[in-house]
Amino acid sequence: MTGRTIKQGVGKEHGKGSQDYLENVAVCYIDPEDLKQLKIKEKTPVQVSTPYGSVVVRAMKSRRGPHPRLIFIPYGPWANAITDPETDSVGMPSLKGVPAELEPAPDKSVMSLKELLEKQFGKETNANL
Amino acid sequence: MRTCKPVTCPVCGCLCDDIDLQVDRGKIVKVKNGCSMCEAKFLSYSGHRLLKPLIRKDGKLVEATMEEALRKTAEILIDATYPVLYGWSSTSCEAIREGIELAEEVGGVIDNTSTICHGPSVLGIQDVGISTCTLGQVRHRADLIVYWGSNPWSAHPRHVERYTMFSEGRFERSEWRDYIVKTKSSTTKKKVESALRIAPQQKTGAPAPARTGPCPAILKEGRRLIVVDVRKTRTAELADYFIQVEPNKDYELFQAFRALIRDEEIDVDRVAGVPVDDLEEVADAMISCNFGVVFFGLGLTMSSGKARNVDAAISLTRDLNRWTKFVIMPMRGHFNVTGADTVFTWQTGYPYAVDFSQGFPRYNPGETSIVDILVRRESDAALVVASDPVANFPRRAVEHLVRTPLVVIDPHFNATSQVADVVFPSAFVGIETSGTAYRMDHVPLPLKRVVKPPKGILSDEQILRKILTEVRKLRKERSREAV
Repeated sequence: MTGRTIKQGVGKEHGKGSQDYLENVAVCYIDPEDLKQLKIKEKTPVQVSTPYGSVVVRAMKSRRGPHPRLIFIPYGPWANAITDPETDSVGMPSLKGVPAELEPAPDKSVMSLKELLEKQFGKETNANL
Repeated sequence: MRTCKPVTCPVCGCLCDDIDLQVDRGKIVKVKNGCSMCEAKFLSYSGHRLLKPLIRKDGKLVEATMEEALRKTAEILIDATYPVLYGWSSTSCEAIREGIELAEEVGGVIDNTSTICHGPSVLGIQDVGISTCTLGQVRHRADLIVYWGSNPWSAHPRHVERYTMFSEGRFERSEWRDYIVKTKSSTTKKKVESALRIAPQQKTGAPAPARTGPCPAILKEGRRLIVVDVRKTRTAELADYFIQVEPNKDYELFQAFRALIRDEEIDVDRVAGVPVDDLEEVADAMISCNFGVVFFGLGLTMSSGKARNVDAAISLTRDLNRWTKFVIMPMRGHFNVTGADTVFTWQTGYPYAVDFSQGFPRYNPGETSIVDILVRRESDAALVVASDPVANFPRRAVEHLVRTPLVVIDPHFNATSQVADVVFPSAFVGIETSGTAYRMDHVPLPLKRVVKPPKGILSDEQILRKILTEVRKLRKERSREAV
């Protein structure tokens, strides 16, 4: 599930290279019960995989529960690394309701925007901006 | 120090036009009345700023002159056989008009961000029509508000305050006092509960007794708010009634409501995870209101069913008009995405995904929409204006976008600019340059120029006009050389 959060909205206005944007977008909101079951600590890296790719983001406890087995990643390059490009012939990719697998990934780190873009698309980006 | 008021906020589709700004020596120093996104934009727009065009040389983006960047862009667009021109929802209607002329000139596809937000809504509306109104009507008259698959608390922070529950209308009063009472009582309840949890006999806790009879909140006087969503959003916390629908099951829920308001029996106990008894209560509330409105968001357009969900939502609204007055409106995201649809429609006849490759406008979402073109790897160049598809498109689409030559015009140096081949920094519409934008209810509002742009920074409209001139000039030069 992807969508907008107020912090993502504010973060994008501060600039997408900003730490604020990274901290609020490269995250995954998980139901507290699911966190317990999977033995994931808040703010540790988790790997989210779908048939379209996988990405490492930080786990956050959802305050909007209970919504067991439903995870939420705010709109952004991290979410879109794993969303479904199928448009069902209407031009609209399926950005919500994508089945995903979640696993703890304590040894992996969350990539910065620059790293993510360079790894995915192989084009050099301007680091200083 | 000078005060500029009222200023229209260029962030979301609400286009709040009551913002006060204080400007000191060419810098905005204080924002009044705005939400947190509005404040963030007005106060920090000048950070992370690019002041000169960039061109990719030997794999690296380096500064270039305006002339070099224009020439390179014209070459990219002329050499391409099927370029895509994308973005448009965060710029002025005047710039969009230039963009359409450029798309026609280069024989490309022009598409706006509706394609990945309310494109399916447009298709639904084209299928069944729409019963809608302006936000002023909602503010003064609506006594039942439904947010379905949308979360204004996060995406349109002042929507509730200006147009729905917390706005003081001529015929309907604001509910903010009741909300404060409700919040206080729920905080007290939580405190009491947490205190009681210490007592051992409460630890096991008996299950809460099943509610019998109608929910008191839905029968209350005054404005009522119903939220339908897959998770309990912040907006849902404001609601008098929250329906938690299972993901991808909105269509079933709409059809269940349609059956209920026609007095038909439903044979199952639950629809989309919601007990039918609860649905009956909500259906009664819908029928018995004086003026109801459904605001729907991307929860409908991005999940399974897409255009069909919107189709069902509009059909429900139409059915409800047999009993009472009911309207429906999409919650448009970017500040001028409605304007992009409007300008596209008046210029080409179609609201988005317009293909000029055959010399005349053609529209077939699913074929001429940008995500499909990119996933099928058909385009051979792209011009992105005031948007960030690298951050917003699924990865497979972005992979093709960055493989072909990419030109970006944007005031921000965003993810798309980082992987572009030519980057034009532009002035912020509504801060450094004026223009027109359409609010989500199709009301056009003027955007003001509050401060001067940095030296040498042009507006999107001016840059596009220059690109168009350069394209025509280069075409002439090439045809002369060919002769």
